[in-house]
Amino acid sequence: MDTAAAASAQQPDTRREAIRVEDLHKSFGDLEVLKGVDLIAHQGDVVAIIGGSGSGKSTMLRCINFLETPTSGKIVIGGEEVAMRADGSPASQKQIERIRTKLAMVFQQFNLWTHRTLLENVIEVPVHVLKVPKAEAIERARELLVRVGLGGKEDTFPAYLSGGQQQRAAIARALAVDPSAMLFDEPTSALDPELVGEVLTVIRDLAAEGRTMLLVTHEMKFAREVANHVVYLYQGRIEEQGPPAELFGNPQSERLKQFLSSVG
Amino acid sequence: MITVKALMQPHRIVMMLLFAALIIWCAFSLRWDWIPQYAPLALQGLWTTIWLLVVTTVLGFLLAVPLGLAQAIGPWYLATPARVFCTIIRGTPLLLQIWLLYYGLGSLFPQFPWIRSSELWPYLRQAWPYAVLALTLSFAGYEGEVMRGAFSSVAKGQLEAAKSFGMPRFTMFRRIWLPQAVRNVLPTLGGETILQLKATPLVATITVVEIYAVSSRVRSDTFIVYEPLLLLALVYMVLAGLIALAFRRFEGV
Repeated sequence: MDTAAAASAQQPDTRREAIRVEDLHKSFGDLEVLKGVDLIAHQGDVVAIIGGSGSGKSTMLRCINFLETPTSGKIVIGGEEVAMRADGSPASQKQIERIRTKLAMVFQQFNLWTHRTLLENVIEVPVHVLKVPKAEAIERARELLVRVGLGGKEDTFPAYLSGGQQQRAAIARALAVDPSAMLFDEPTSALDPELVGEVLTVIRDLAAEGRTMLLVTHEMKFAREVANHVVYLYQGRIEEQGPPAELFGNPQSERLKQFLSSVG
Repeated sequence: MITVKALMQPHRIVMMLLFAALIIWCAFSLRWDWIPQYAPLALQGLWTTIWLLVVTTVLGFLLAVPLGLAQAIGPWYLATPARVFCTIIRGTPLLLQIWLLYYGLGSLFPQFPWIRSSELWPYLRQAWPYAVLALTLSFAGYEGEVMRGAFSSVAKGQLEAAKSFGMPRFTMFRRIWLPQAVRNVLPTLGGETILQLKATPLVATITVVEIYAVSSRVRSDTFIVYEPLLLLALVYMVLAGLIALAFRRFEGV
């Protein structure tokens, strides 16, 4: 892992920007969940976002692809700024749909489409959104399913699989759109402890091949191992960020110290 | 699955023998000699019942989808009329709806010369368009309510996943939302289709000759009361059974 890249806060980084978030605010009614968050992820970065529950980490991730409508701020994906109305909603449905096809999301609850088999889940977006020829999409989907260790399960419905298998299938579905960045929203939080490892292995492989990823996680050991940049959120603000070795090895803020000791 | 062995229990054998005796008694001591004479009419009536059922359930369902969608997520100016429509349909007897349409619209139309001279007039002066309309609206009213629940019951994450991959809204509706909603309510829809079958005899009251009307005709012509009704019950049971089987196959998918 290129840890030098993580020092982006100090040195100007010449790699292409994948995701830029500027001064992001999000309120649910009177409750302000994000109070001005800035974040830059370059191509190939693996950014881990950590924090206690209610710190706003999932909300931040969901604002990036506008699953949540930000209250204000600026979001730039691959150099293209998402046009926003005054209320924070995307100004152009076309634009946001196009941008979303480049950002593949993996959910805590997997959210595989329950009425379709694994293969159908994986080819759904390529065939019906990206208009890839079906035969080509099927061939690629089979490869991806083999890659995440689900070869032979093509015709199985999600309900017949374990959580770990479903999550790996969800990762295959995300890979099928050939995303420029992947958003992981607590991908192992809904899994039984013995199933966490198999999913982390798949994510680790993706990190190793240089995929750009934003990873909201509770797995501190894993974050330290795969991320090249870690962001600690506390009550809607970035309390501390930096390379994992520094952040975990030598936390500066009291809150982060407390948080790290509490999660062990 | 029912196995032969399971049927070979003493109490079941007795039941089956009793049933067989009943059938044999019906076959030999009741009057069935009217059947050959009325068979062609009965087949026509059966066909009318079947197409009425198919056409009105299909059209009614197509209408129920927007009615349900409007109530589930529509703005108030769509949701309110949809709710009012469903409430009125579900709150009034179907017989009344059929009569209101047939005697109401049916007597209103001839007062307009442009309707009388239109291409549609040869149809509008018959009874079946009013039967189709009334049964369709009725099915739409009930199923609109069912579909409202069906659309709301689809897990939010399923739609979020589609959204997060940039799926356009109509594609999402067609590929994810509608199929899942329909799957969730298939058992209900099967039951409602059988109810719709059993609602079709009401159109006999506005002179549409379906299978029930044929049995009435036999009764009034020949004064044979029980036999046509027994046969009629059998016909409806077979049709209902076929519908149930068809829906069970859909659900199995």
